[in-house]
Amino acid sequence: MAVLDIKNCTKRFGGLVAVKDLNMSLNHGDLYGLIGPNGAGKTTVFNLITGVYAPDEGSIELDGQAIHNQKPSAIAKLGISRTFQNIRIFQSMTVLENVKVAAHMRKTQGLWDAVLRTHNLREEEQEIEQRAIDLLKIFNLDKRAHELARNLPYGSQRRLEIARGLGTNPKVLLLDEPAAGMNPYEAGELMHLIQWIREKFRITILLVEHNMKVVMGVCEKIQVIDYGVTIALGTPKEIQDNPRVIEAYLGGA
Amino acid sequence: MRRKWIFWLAAFAALALLQATLRGLIGPYNYQIVILVGINIILAVSLNLINGVTGQFSIGHAGFYAVGAYASASLVYYGGPEIRPLIAFLPPFAQNAVLLLLGLLAGAILAGLAGLAVGIPSLRLRGDYLAIVTLGFGEIIRVLILNVDAIGGSRGFAGIPQISNFFWVYLAVIITVVTVHNLVNSSYGRAFISIRDDEVAAEAMGVDTTRFKVLSFVISSMFAGVAGGLFGHYTSFLHPNSFLFTTSFYLIIMIVVGGLGSIEGAILGAVLVTVLLEVLREFGPYRLVNFAVLLVLIMIYRPQGLLGSWTLFKRPKAAAG
Repeated sequence: MAVLDIKNCTKRFGGLVAVKDLNMSLNHGDLYGLIGPNGAGKTTVFNLITGVYAPDEGSIELDGQAIHNQKPSAIAKLGISRTFQNIRIFQSMTVLENVKVAAHMRKTQGLWDAVLRTHNLREEEQEIEQRAIDLLKIFNLDKRAHELARNLPYGSQRRLEIARGLGTNPKVLLLDEPAAGMNPYEAGELMHLIQWIREKFRITILLVEHNMKVVMGVCEKIQVIDYGVTIALGTPKEIQDNPRVIEAYLGGA
Repeated sequence: MRRKWIFWLAAFAALALLQATLRGLIGPYNYQIVILVGINIILAVSLNLINGVTGQFSIGHAGFYAVGAYASASLVYYGGPEIRPLIAFLPPFAQNAVLLLLGLLAGAILAGLAGLAVGIPSLRLRGDYLAIVTLGFGEIIRVLILNVDAIGGSRGFAGIPQISNFFWVYLAVIITVVTVHNLVNSSYGRAFISIRDDEVAAEAMGVDTTRFKVLSFVISSMFAGVAGGLFGHYTSFLHPNSFLFTTSFYLIIMIVVGGLGSIEGAILGAVLVTVLLEVLREFGPYRLVNFAVLLVLIMIYRPQGLLGSWTLFKRPKAAAG
């Protein structure tokens, strides 16, 4: 059964149809690529899945449960996490605190625990801290854990966002152009990292990416959209040879 | 655990000792300034929770301050004669303490409810819009009070029992600072700060931003209510003119001068602004002109506030950023 199931979703902004009758189905453990030319509606799809927008038509289900009318925070609690195309880390917090925020939804501490600094709270805080440090180690950020997040170099900020995304313990992780602004070497490292994350955390990953080397290199299944409509779906090889995809990217002959 | 008890015992002893000696040492005029400083610290630290930590721009703090002041004063003024016979077995000072605590509780609850009522519809708004709504709320409260005769209306509310003093004001200061500090350094605090830094990302990480904005608003309002109660029971007279929007602006000046988001900054700002306004009385009609010049200078040389985001207890590295 599909973990994430998008059925006949349509989203309009005034007269513009950003996503039209979209179907997408991710199975557990998939590494799924979503590509398309600029303005194709990829980020709108992300925003639909994460609840930033509600679809005008259609439904989105996570493990069989409809999520398309829920708030983003509720959807995050159900197990969808994401990164952003333009990095959105918490600038004034330290690297460590950024990851700790992701543990927020699992907290058991009540307001009184926080105000009175009870035993329960201090134990939980230690747990949260340990888990955050473990995550930072994976991304090679633990040495800079106590620096302000805004002082990290660009590539590290991208990795921090992924670490923070994993901090919520998601079932599905959405990565919005994680390789943007990376050089070929960094992009290569990122490819390995993405694959490794999927194995290690046993999660499903949906990837939007412009860097074709990355998409073709890591994804098993790729869906291509253009003007909000699916134009192709298949393995990287099939996608590369698909005339409609070539036309969408390079223009018709 | 043990350290906690020692801290509170020491605080109690120090407050009681100062209560007994302070007025004699520094004279009634300075004593009154010290009280005012304490009340302003509570107001500034609580306002800082909304404006500095959660990043929502509220300029209606005087409204919650007023709600707390009038609620507490009304309860003790009208309810006091009913309650006193019930606790007649206690010595007079303990009777006063019970009445004051009941009054402050009423003030905190009512101000908190006002915070909830204002917060739920208005916290969907951002930035300037929220500022205008909260400003409007503060004025509505003041005009309402002006028109309720039972609490003095425009003549002012006189004859409020004078039962608050240095001890209670500074006990409340300590409780406020410890509470806000603990809160900021918990999951709740991280949620508040994440909203300030990036609302979209906070929501994506599972922080229910509307709920936490309202929560910070309500907590902040409750402390403002307590400050109001302490003020009314110290001066024994309340007038709506004490709660003009200029009061809200002074509070904002305090937290901005001290450094938005820093508890120590809010405390420093409250002390500095309150004392400066008194010291500058020497200049007579030029008092506020001089005050404004000082503010301009501070903002030119320390735009991030005197303390910036520096905090005494945590994150020394953050200061370098």
